Amino acid sequence: MSAPVNAVRPAREAGGRIPPLLLAPAVLAVALLTLPLLALLPRVDWAGAPQALTSPEALAAVSLSLRTGLVAVGCCLILGVPLALVLARAPSPVAAALRVLVTLPLVLPPLVGGLALLYLFGRQGWLGQATGAVGISVPFTTAAVVLAQTFVALPFLVISLEGALRTAGGRAATVAATLGASRWTVLRRITLPRAMPGLIAGTVLAFARAVGEFGATAMVAGNAPGRTQTIPMAIYTAFNGAGVSRDSALALAVLLVIVALVILIGLRDWRRREAW
Amino acid sequence: MTSRRRRLAAVGVPALAAGLLGLAGCGTAAAPEPAESLTVYAAASLVGPVSDLLAEYATDHSEVSVEPAVFDGSSTLVTQITESAAPDVIVTANETTMADLTAAGLVDQPHVVATNTLVIAVPEGNPAGIASLTDLADVDTVLCAPQVPCGDAGATLLQLNQVELDPLSLEQNVTAAAERVTSGAAEAALVYATDVAAREDQLDAIVPARAEEVVNRYPAATLTTASPAGAEFVELLGSARGTAVLADYGFGPP
Repeated sequence: MSAPVNAVRPAREAGGRIPPLLLAPAVLAVALLTLPLLALLPRVDWAGAPQALTSPEALAAVSLSLRTGLVAVGCCLILGVPLALVLARAPSPVAAALRVLVTLPLVLPPLVGGLALLYLFGRQGWLGQATGAVGISVPFTTAAVVLAQTFVALPFLVISLEGALRTAGGRAATVAATLGASRWTVLRRITLPRAMPGLIAGTVLAFARAVGEFGATAMVAGNAPGRTQTIPMAIYTAFNGAGVSRDSALALAVLLVIVALVILIGLRDWRRREAW
Repeated sequence: MTSRRRRLAAVGVPALAAGLLGLAGCGTAAAPEPAESLTVYAAASLVGPVSDLLAEYATDHSEVSVEPAVFDGSSTLVTQITESAAPDVIVTANETTMADLTAAGLVDQPHVVATNTLVIAVPEGNPAGIASLTDLADVDTVLCAPQVPCGDAGATLLQLNQVELDPLSLEQNVTAAAERVTSGAAEAALVYATDVAAREDQLDAIVPARAEEVVNRYPAATLTTASPAGAEFVELLGSARGTAVLADYGFGPP
């Protein structure tokens, strides 16, 4: 095999040259990703779906998921924007180490994250003992749901924003600084506006991930209706024979899929418009 | 370079501290504490009677804010309480799981409020023609995990009958095991008589040999941190009224 002399080709020109043998597994892969989600649809009782979604238990789960998801995204912004700035501006060994830490919750099973949070904030945990001394207990409360959601959603915000920050500012920021603008002014007037597409994309992805969070929530927040039973917990409980009806659980499951799809499609179109 | 790092730290640390404070703020805002409330954690097999009795209690005590009960495997509930969940009342499906809480000093003296025995749950009409525990070896069977009360009792019953099984799955609570048969994922499950009674239009019960020798006793206890409502609810569970509601769902007397 000799390498082509002109190795750099426009992607479109090479696009027609996929060996036909590879098309079959590619089609299978698409089927694997989409067929299971499509299989949910015929099981849903569409006529009864509005009623199933508005049962008191289902409404409690939806409302709790929305409220905790929004608070979690707020916490992600408060913690994640500074962290993304540090990542984008820190000397490379520091940034590399931080990037590994930030990516960790993405690749860990959420159950492990939940277990770790439980052992930090639990009765015997480092922080749990301290907060327990002043009468505050975090696990198995709504606050624990927010904690779990923030833990798993934060990397989505930080990684999206960091990418945008790396290219934001640049010479304009340098020029502004030499003209006497303070660091805050440069950040507020140049860097953050230019990184806005990344910030919005990260925020929306973090929200979607927070609302879908299950494993860490199950561990550290449990499954109390109205207090810690989010949409994913309600779906799981229904198939364990308690809580919302199966019809409600299926309707909620399809609702989550649709919300995720709308978010991803919306982001895609919007990124194209913003030429991101 | 070092001065740049120091400046980064100077910006980053206060930001992080502010964020953590914000996080704590979210938490306190999201969990308000009413004057008197009642939260009950109960074994999954108690969904019916405990929901009914809680509704009765709420009607009779409008001054108490009755939270929706949490139903799960007894071991899950005990772990949550050990790791800082603080309901007012816990009802487990056997005395072994409750003993962990008593030993840790987290609950007051428990009282047995009901009893239950095991049956083989099969789809209505018993299509596989199951008659004994031995027959379970030939079909897809689901058991409870040995760490939860129904699994503990099931293991004892199988041992008494000298039967060994290779189950399709070990479920974390008894309702999950019953649901596997209801949904058609399994052909049989070893569950409580009350779980089949609650799904009588979908499941049939086969009473296995020596089932009467393995009786689960359900203890109820208040946590040491419980509100007075907790003690009242445990009293209701143990009262003649409580026993009658439990009997409606197929539970034996304490």
